Order: sequence, then C-alpha cells, then structure tokens
Amino acid sequence: MPPLPPTESPERSAIAVFFAGFRAAWRSVLAYVVIGTYVGIGALTHDFGFGLGWALASTALVWAGPAQVILVSALGAGVAPIETALAVGVSSARLLPMVISLLPLIRRPQTPYRALVLPAHLTAVTMWIEALRLLPQVPREARIPFANGVGCGFMAAAQAGTLIGYYLATSLPPLLTAGLLFLTPISFLISTTRNCRLMSDWLALAFGLVLGPLMAAWQMGLDLLWSGVLGGSLAYGIHRLREALK
Amino acid sequence: MSELYAYTLLVLVGFLPSEIWRLLGLVAARGVADESELFMWVRAVAIAVLAGVIAKIILFPPGTLASVPAVIRLAAIICGFAAFLVVRRSVFAGVVAGEVVLILGALAYGI
Repeated sequence: MPPLPPTESPERSAIAVFFAGFRAAWRSVLAYVVIGTYVGIGALTHDFGFGLGWALASTALVWAGPAQVILVSALGAGVAPIETALAVGVSSARLLPMVISLLPLIRRPQTPYRALVLPAHLTAVTMWIEALRLLPQVPREARIPFANGVGCGFMAAAQAGTLIGYYLATSLPPLLTAGLLFLTPISFLISTTRNCRLMSDWLALAFGLVLGPLMAAWQMGLDLLWSGVLGGSLAYGIHRLREALK
Repeated sequence: MSELYAYTLLVLVGFLPSEIWRLLGLVAARGVADESELFMWVRAVAIAVLAGVIAKIILFPPGTLASVPAVIRLAAIICGFAAFLVVRRSVFAGVVAGEVVLILGALAYGI
C-alpha cells in the first residue's frame, strides 16, 4: 500500500501525493524493466544516427516503446514519413482502451478536461498496470496527482535508460540487447497476471495471447486492436453469461 | 537530415500518431463511469490487446531477440511465468528466471 501523507493544504498535499506516486513507480520492478527497455531504445536511436536531444525528446513525446522502435528504425532506414506515421499509429492503437479504462478511475464529476490531458499522455503499459493496481487504495480526490506521479516516475526511468543506452550503444553485445528486448514481454505478462481479479480478466488475457499472433499472421492493419476487441468481448460475454446463470 | 527536419518528423510522424489515440480515449472516456458494464468491457479489451502485444513480441520478435530460437524464447517465458507462480507471486522472481533461461539458452545455442 502506498503511504499517503496526512492531508494539509490542498496544494501541498497534491505535491505530496504526486511524490508518493513517483516513489511507488520506483518501488515497482517495472521501473527497472523500463530502464532496461529504454537502454535498448537509446542504443537503437544512436545507431540510426539521431542526436541525443532527439532521443530524449522522442521518449518524452512518443512515450510508447514499440512505437519508438518503429519510428527510429523506419525513419533511419529511409521509409517514407507517411508510411512510418501509419505504422506508429497502428502500434499505438492499444493506448485507446487503456486510456478509456484508466480515466474513469481518477476523475470526479467536476474534473475539467485539461486536468486529464497529462494523465492521458503519461498512459503507457507500465503506468496503466501500476495505476490499476494501486489506485483502489488511493482516495479519489488524490488520484490524479498520484497517477501523474506514477507516470512521471516511469518517465524518469525511461529518460535515464535512453541516456545510458545512447552512450553505451557501440559497446552493447547482441546477447545483452536480446535480453533487454525480452524484458518487455516477460514483465508485461507477469504484471498483467498479477492484476487479474475477475474471470473476464483471466479470459481476456488467455484469448489475447492466442488471438494476437493469429491476427498478426493474417497481416491485417490494426491487428492488435481487432484481436483485443474480439478477445475482450468474448471474455466479457462469457463472464456476463456465467453471472446470469448463477 | 537537418536538425529541424528531424524534430519536425518526430512531432508529425512519432508524437501525433500516438497522441491521437490518447486524445480519442480522453474524449471517449467521458461517457464511461467506473464500475459500469461498459467500463468492464473496455478493461477486458485493454487486457486482451496487451496480451496480444506480449504474444506477438515472443513469436515475431524485434531486433537481436529474433536471433534467439523460438523454442528458447517460449521456454524462457514459460519458466518465468512458472517462477512467478511458485515464488509467492513475485514479479521480480519471474522476470529474473525468464531472463536467466533466455540468456543461458542463447549461450548454449552459441549467440
């Protein structure tokens, strides 16, 4: 449980809650997974001839590992910008259901749109997983600064990784970079499993694991979003049906 | 490519195609209450999408991970998952076990 400081003045407590979220990110294994993943991305960005400032800006602005790998390798290899933009957009489609299933947990009826722009931008797989796990223990009025703190904690880890990878680029052996690339699937699988509570969660995980590669092999655009809609709807449907039969 | 052109491409080709989904999510989340049925469905879709990402990276891996044979990648993810279940549901134990199997397997294969 994240230790939340006692409430004092609203501004001061918002800052304290932000840092509670920031620390929660660094207590998560995922912070170190993010560093490792971004060491790989930093090295890749260096190898394709981009500057350090560009590498750090791409981590801050794109903030989605797989999309950054596509962006750097496609632009670096001279793929047309419009094709690169499409590939990046297809890869980032997974962010849509994540944002929709995060924001209702942190907003209140009077929350203005602009207060949700930062949490929406900071939404990435790592932040989504840890926010979903920790938010139920956080009072609703503290959830936006807490989620921002978690997101900024992971962002700081990613920036550190990008910097390290950019400078180490030429000296990373292929075995190490293979290990760094493997961090994403293994840590995402385990942390998603840890978050599964309802039967629909478990079914969605299983259906997604099977349907994702099947639809990818089919070579259709937005394959992950379609396999997610199909797998998620099946999981939700079976869950509802079982509830109804009880 | 010039410095300015590289940053322009970053915004137009990297930032905007990703951010559009987040902004769409921001708008779409407006009508979704937490604990509602719609919310539960979107949550299931998000989990299934993420599971698809995981399976896709294992079966169609990027970069140097592709040089590790598929059977070693699968063995590593299964061992990591098993270690997570066995060692008090520890994410750390699972990640370490999976990485150890992957690295040892790759070494044995001669990478």
